[in-house]
Amino acid sequence: MSLFIFVGEYISALNHIFIDCIECIKHYFNCAVHKVSQIGGAVIFCLHHQTIYCKPKKSIERLLVSKMALASVLGSDYADFSFDTDKSYAFGSGLAAEPTSIDNLSFAIKGALGSAEQDDVEKKIEFLHGTTTLAFKFDHGVIVAVDSRATAGAYIASQTVKKVIEINPYLLGTMAGGAADCSFWERLLARQCRVYELRNKERISVAAASKLLANMVYQYKGMGLSMGTMVCGWDKRGPGLYYVDSEGNRVCGDLFAVGSGSMYAYGVIDSGLRQDMSVEDACELGRRAIYQATYRDAYSGGQVNLYHVHGEGWTRVSQDDVLLLHHKYQEKL
Amino acid sequence: MEYLIGIQGPDFVLVAADSVAASSIIKMKDDHDKMFKLSDNILLLCVGEAGDTVQFAEYIQKNVQLYKMRNGYELSPTAAANFTRKNLADYLRSRTPYHVNLLLAGYDQADGPALFYMDHLSALAKAPFAAHGYGAFLTLSILDRYYKPGGWTGEQDASLLSILNKRFILNLPSFNVRAIDKEGVHDLEKVCGREREREGRERESR
Repeated sequence: MSLFIFVGEYISALNHIFIDCIECIKHYFNCAVHKVSQIGGAVIFCLHHQTIYCKPKKSIERLLVSKMALASVLGSDYADFSFDTDKSYAFGSGLAAEPTSIDNLSFAIKGALGSAEQDDVEKKIEFLHGTTTLAFKFDHGVIVAVDSRATAGAYIASQTVKKVIEINPYLLGTMAGGAADCSFWERLLARQCRVYELRNKERISVAAASKLLANMVYQYKGMGLSMGTMVCGWDKRGPGLYYVDSEGNRVCGDLFAVGSGSMYAYGVIDSGLRQDMSVEDACELGRRAIYQATYRDAYSGGQVNLYHVHGEGWTRVSQDDVLLLHHKYQEKL
Repeated sequence: MEYLIGIQGPDFVLVAADSVAASSIIKMKDDHDKMFKLSDNILLLCVGEAGDTVQFAEYIQKNVQLYKMRNGYELSPTAAANFTRKNLADYLRSRTPYHVNLLLAGYDQADGPALFYMDHLSALAKAPFAAHGYGAFLTLSILDRYYKPGGWTGEQDASLLSILNKRFILNLPSFNVRAIDKEGVHDLEKVCGREREREGRERESR
């Protein structure tokens, strides 16, 4: 796995480093960052785990930033990568020990790193919800369909992201916004749901699960969490679908689409949805809606992952590559 | 944009709220209820920042119910309104102010109907009629012109909401309407916009 450390405007040395494992990163990170901590901040791309570590100048903590979108790091609207063409950076390249001067590689972040000397308020990180996820209720349960693309600005970081989080065998959560936020909080929700089950000898309802999540996240409102998730499940009141986000919204509904491609998905679903559809028709509608969204939205793509939630829990229905779906639908025309 | 309105009649209070839950330009839900029942004859209508509305309204709701459990009798609408305002004011200059605009409507057996207007800066005013939102600009003047204390019968509501359909650029398709009188809270028929009516007529004819 390769690890590149890019250091900001003020820094004098740049390195390309090859690291074996995540433990080494942590060790190396602390050493390397300590070196540069006096001068500026650091952003680390771990291509293997597809996560971006960002360390602003003042704070020691690492802030684990989205793997789905490169935010406006430290307040800038975009991160401008301008690479000198001579300098090659190869994935998995060996140890390139020659130090590079700042002239060769400039990682220009608009809005200088560490310039805002604020006490403990880190600059607001805006996340781009580059995804399409949708879920809708119908007579035979809930269909959940998601894409699988992760973007870092204009770069596609991954086409195989799992955006449906399996909270427990009868509850699903979708992921939009910050991947770390979604997966962490939904994992915490899974723990709370299990505790509820143990205490009350009864499965938790979807309404209660979504309320737990909403309350947990509300406490961090305004602190930079980014999460737009749908909690889908089946409880004794039948199919349940709630939209919960980091702003504090919690809404019950029959149909939601979340993400940059959501509007395209809404269009397809709204025009084709009937409550009495068969399971296959509903699956096909969900698949088609995600495909249409990936067609129009640059930040959505990859594969369509489809789940069906019914009385006995959830089932993973299918995973289809969007390109193959494209050919399939083209033939039908 | 969200809209709330309340009108006090001779022995009832009429309140209406639009029923759209939106997230930027998308309508997430079009049958969302923005009214919270504090007790059998007090309603709290709450709009404002996402999350703050529900959290604050439920907080007030639970506290009013707790008062009843502890003391054996309910808070009056005036007391509930002042309690709500105090909470808003306490949080206003903290790190986490609640950005909500409220209408509190209630019927007291002794004092009769009451309508209170509260805003996010924790102003409190007892008023014969009040509204929140951009729609308020259009509807308050009608109320100023035509309202007579003891003279609002309730049929005039539909005309009031129709002015929003006529002039307001943001379509508010439907409203939840409730009335509070000495018998308690009553759900009234949802008032729908013209588009909804046309849709309904088309669906029937199909």
